[in-house]
Amino acid sequence: MSTTTRTRVKGGIGESVTRPDGVPKVQGDFAYASDLQAEGMLWGATRRSPHPFARITAIDIAPALAIAGVFAVLTHDDVPGRPTVGQIKPDRPVLAGGEVRYWGQPIAITAAEDAETARRAAAAIVIEYELLEPLTDLVKAQEQGEVFRHVRSLRGEPDSHGEIVVEGYYEMGTQDQAALGTEAGIAFPDGEGGVDLFAPSQWIHEDHGQIVASLGLRDEQVRVHPAGVGGAFGSREDLSLQVHLCLLALYTGRPVRMVYDRQESFAGHVHRHAARMWYRHEADSQGNLIRVEAKLLLDGGAYTETSPAVIANAVYFSIGPYRCPNVVIDGYAVRTNNPPSGAMRGFGAVQTCFAYEAQMDRLAAEIGIDPLELRLRNALGPGDQLPTSGQVITEPLPTVEVINVLRALPAPDLDVIDDPLHLPGGTGLTTTREGVVRGVGYAVGLKNLAFAEAFDDYAEARVVLTPQGVEVHTAAIEVGQGMVTVLQQIARSVLGTEHVVVLFDDTSRIGSAGSTSASRQTQMAGGAVFAAASAVRRAALQRVGGDDMDAQGVRRGGSLVATVEDLCAAGPVEETVRFRHPDTEEPDENGQGNLHVDFSVAAHRAVVDVDPELGLVRVVSIDAAQEVGTVLNPQSVVGQIEGGTMQGLGLAIMEELIFDKGIVRNANFTDYLLPTFLDAPPIASIVIEEPGNWGPFGAKGFSELPAISSGPAVMAAIRAATNQPLTRMPVRPEDIALSDS
Amino acid sequence: MKITLVVNREEREAAVHGPESLLFVLRERLGLLGAKDACLQGECGSCTVLLDGEAVCSCLVMAGDAAGSEVLTVEGLGTEDELHPVQAAFVEHGAVQCGFCTPGFLISTAHLLGHNPTPTTDEIREALAGNICRCTGYGAVLRAVESLAGERRS
Ligand code: FES
Ligand code: FES
Repeated sequence: MSTTTRTRVKGGIGESVTRPDGVPKVQGDFAYASDLQAEGMLWGATRRSPHPFARITAIDIAPALAIAGVFAVLTHDDVPGRPTVGQIKPDRPVLAGGEVRYWGQPIAITAAEDAETARRAAAAIVIEYELLEPLTDLVKAQEQGEVFRHVRSLRGEPDSHGEIVVEGYYEMGTQDQAALGTEAGIAFPDGEGGVDLFAPSQWIHEDHGQIVASLGLRDEQVRVHPAGVGGAFGSREDLSLQVHLCLLALYTGRPVRMVYDRQESFAGHVHRHAARMWYRHEADSQGNLIRVEAKLLLDGGAYTETSPAVIANAVYFSIGPYRCPNVVIDGYAVRTNNPPSGAMRGFGAVQTCFAYEAQMDRLAAEIGIDPLELRLRNALGPGDQLPTSGQVITEPLPTVEVINVLRALPAPDLDVIDDPLHLPGGTGLTTTREGVVRGVGYAVGLKNLAFAEAFDDYAEARVVLTPQGVEVHTAAIEVGQGMVTVLQQIARSVLGTEHVVVLFDDTSRIGSAGSTSASRQTQMAGGAVFAAASAVRRAALQRVGGDDMDAQGVRRGGSLVATVEDLCAAGPVEETVRFRHPDTEEPDENGQGNLHVDFSVAAHRAVVDVDPELGLVRVVSIDAAQEVGTVLNPQSVVGQIEGGTMQGLGLAIMEELIFDKGIVRNANFTDYLLPTFLDAPPIASIVIEEPGNWGPFGAKGFSELPAISSGPAVMAAIRAATNQPLTRMPVRPEDIALSDS
Repeated sequence: MKITLVVNREEREAAVHGPESLLFVLRERLGLLGAKDACLQGECGSCTVLLDGEAVCSCLVMAGDAAGSEVLTVEGLGTEDELHPVQAAFVEHGAVQCGFCTPGFLISTAHLLGHNPTPTTDEIREALAGNICRCTGYGAVLRAVESLAGERRS
């Protein structure tokens, strides 16, 4: 794609333009899904399973219907179309009938005059269960063949060996996206058998397809509208309440609203996969990787969701940004009776980064060289083959630079600050300065951008030039990341005018923009806007024989030949483009092929203080170096790096959803800990700008990378401080304090 | 029961049923949707409002107990045409991503600066520790608040 820069325009690419939705958001005016309401609406509620695995032997809705003010009580019998949903394989029931397979699974939904009555009605339904023994152990699940997908990567000589061998076993707990906006929304019956739905999403066209199937309606009878999203991070890729709201609205003939509370939100969306990983790294005496063997188990939970794609990513990014000629990796996404897992920022590449970076540190220690030196010796770059799939890297991939830039940062000050606010345990005053040990650790992470494995990945955009300005139409979802600003900037730079608005259309008005995930919308929705705006520009120039355009109109040789009004006299200039990225391939039986369209790399350096007696950790600083392609909005790049880094920090030292035989024990913000301001260290974000080959103006996606290597860097720093192996993330106080090594 | 309270400098009357929270009454009865409802258990600060000048989690305040009080929500911080300096600083410094935490942060920040116009970095971090943001990692929020503290210092 062209990277020519055109006449500079105010608010164009490269500037830290402020968000167009910033003002309504600070005024409390921005309508999130949970703010939507309507005259005459009913409230919906959901009855969920308290058991992780049981046969449902009876459902009696009569007591619920007997409550005054209740308008609907629906069960699996009331789902008119396909009884199940799911992106890759629709196997999760809209409402459970014969059996429940996870804690919190929806069984019935109600609609009533107010929220309290709807909840009471849901609670009044009498459900009888025959309890079954839940399967929650990943190893057992794999042994029993409960596997959603097995991905194998086999490359080089599987029997080759290196002189130096390190082996390790690693575990990762379950992380929650914990977007602050819970699942919420409202559905309106259209009076003709169809329905309009407003609910948070990451891909409304995908939702639309699933909803239509389950409602048994025709495509045009369902319109899915974008609704204000309070953060996503993967949690909104799979359906939660969408079909339920539509069912209730169609049944009652009235608008129906639902807002999950936090506990229900934990039950209502997928989580990041817990993992168990066995690794064996072999190298020559100089530290050159010779062979990596690994077995990966990811807990997919009860239903398929996106597990088949997550396990593929885990396998392809199981070695990191390092060359290695001989590879044997087996990855399994297994089925258990834990709550379903799915997408979260980093998508399979987070789990393995923790393991392979720990392995690289062990290998460096074994050989007796500096851990960064070991990484540099093996660093993957353009022209090299991805060790797992054999794909030759043709995009910029500055692994060496991200490492060197971090290494060149001034060494962290090693003085522990003697202020309770800065000590592990904080103002709990648990720790004194004398007991604290400090450590420094590094990690490097690699991930693909956009969809892979021959997926037909596209984004549509429409750009309309009118006398009032330029309209950009898209179904791409703004989840908070700032895509709305970047699309505006791209259109401005192409069309030479500041007057651009981005309008988010419903599914009936524009084609799919694909998912707001996989770090893909800057390149994909951005690529579509670039292409559509460029087409408008060409058409405008052609209409009047011009050679340039700006806010006034079209120019030839510098002078204005047609104003925008003149240009649009015969109607607006309008172009719709469906943009596709370069093709990818399906893997062969050994996981080989050109499976990915693009990659990005990042590295983190963390400094931590640890109270080894109590096992408490405080992250003192964490610095990031990251490749980002052409920077379209510097402020927004830093915002993504800082936010993603903090999610990795949380994963390393505090965030874990605790399952006890399949039952979630901490589905609330009191017990599921998120990093607060006091946990947030200063972050230096160093950006390496290398234009990519196919994104608009050379832009690349990057928003997942900060969440990949940050946690592993914190883990490495804690290991350095404590001299303990710490093979489980998040690390718990007892892992440090009670370790006997 | 019916309660009367002053919300954003205007006297308002609201019906309250049983143990409904101030947050619920603001959002569902008075149509003030600015304060948010991310946890409903006092852990996230998204529902922060000023109650008689003190920053509180409105999800934890019984609406009945707020009768006769003065409440300030994010809607009352600036005016329609002019942002409060805290609002402007948040937009300017990129402290708003999804924005779900923002109304709570704005109220907590305005409260902090009202008491301590030139807070140190640690004072800012401590004062805002009850407000969770999942998007920004707090860096941009800190820069926004420090810009105001700096302006006042100079
Ligand atoms: S909603 Fe009140 S503190 Fe979270
Ligand atoms: S901006 Fe999304 S939670 Fe703070």
